[in-house]
Amino acid sequence: MKLQTRAAPTLVRAAPPGCSVAPAVTLDPDAELLARLRRGDERAFRTLVERHHSALLRVALWHVRDRQAAEEVVQETWLAVIQGLDRFEGRSTLKTWLFRILTNRAKTRGEREARSVPFSAVADDGDDEPAVSADRFQGPDGQYPGHWAAPPATWETLPDVRLLSQETLRLVADAIELLPLAQRSVIRLRDIEGWDADEVCDLLGLSHGNQRVLLHRARSKVRAALERYLADEVISA
Amino acid sequence: MKFFSLRRRPRDLDCNEFVELVTDYFEGVLPDPEHRAFEHHLTECEGCTAYLQQMRETKRLTGALRADDVPAEGVDELLAAFRSYQGRA
Repeated sequence: MKLQTRAAPTLVRAAPPGCSVAPAVTLDPDAELLARLRRGDERAFRTLVERHHSALLRVALWHVRDRQAAEEVVQETWLAVIQGLDRFEGRSTLKTWLFRILTNRAKTRGEREARSVPFSAVADDGDDEPAVSADRFQGPDGQYPGHWAAPPATWETLPDVRLLSQETLRLVADAIELLPLAQRSVIRLRDIEGWDADEVCDLLGLSHGNQRVLLHRARSKVRAALERYLADEVISA
Repeated sequence: MKFFSLRRRPRDLDCNEFVELVTDYFEGVLPDPEHRAFEHHLTECEGCTAYLQQMRETKRLTGALRADDVPAEGVDELLAAFRSYQGRA
């Protein structure tokens, strides 16, 4: 895993190492849908809605006052998409276009509501917290300062059905809900929605480094919650 | 021992430094010296090996969560709009 240089002017996007400027022509996972949408295929439209609706709603919530307002903005966005499909030229991916429409509308509405909090203003939450509580490591007087005093246990002894149980997943979901807004947004887009770093930076207006810090803090806290939750079982395993 | 180590031996990382590099490692953005130090540390630290595995699992379990379901009535309304717009011409 080396830092790649992106010199090759290729049309297909290689998995980027972090955020970087993506070429305008990329492999669009929605490309096949687009052709069907233009033919008026309702099932294609339903698929598109199902694919992006929840992320749109979440992004809208950064800009507007409440869930109802967010739902209205998302609904307006879909209507704008329906009317704009003919004019969409495919210079960006369908997803980028979709989220741009949403962001513009949500911002306008947020400004009307006087609730325009620029995302960058909340994006530094939790910057200085360590990934693991300092008391898990040996202090300056320890035999090996900075090394584990209470090392984590392996989860490899736990059966997969346990790890992927509804109860465990519920705990993960709850841990994510407790995160500060910016961390929650980044981990959801990256790890649940499967967006790549470029897309998240672009949408949220984050620097590459900032995006990684937020992701790191978020994942670290979810890990800590899982560790507490699974503690009894790994000891007895 | 440290003082007489070979010149090309990677820098020693402390475990509390290691845990802060995990995301950059996953993202593939660690500069080469840190990358080598990170992987070298893994060869001699069981605690950090378990930690890295826990972070991988955390990512996997998070990925197993489903995005919220779309409310059905909203979709029906949209489909109606889609249909009527398509049929306009």
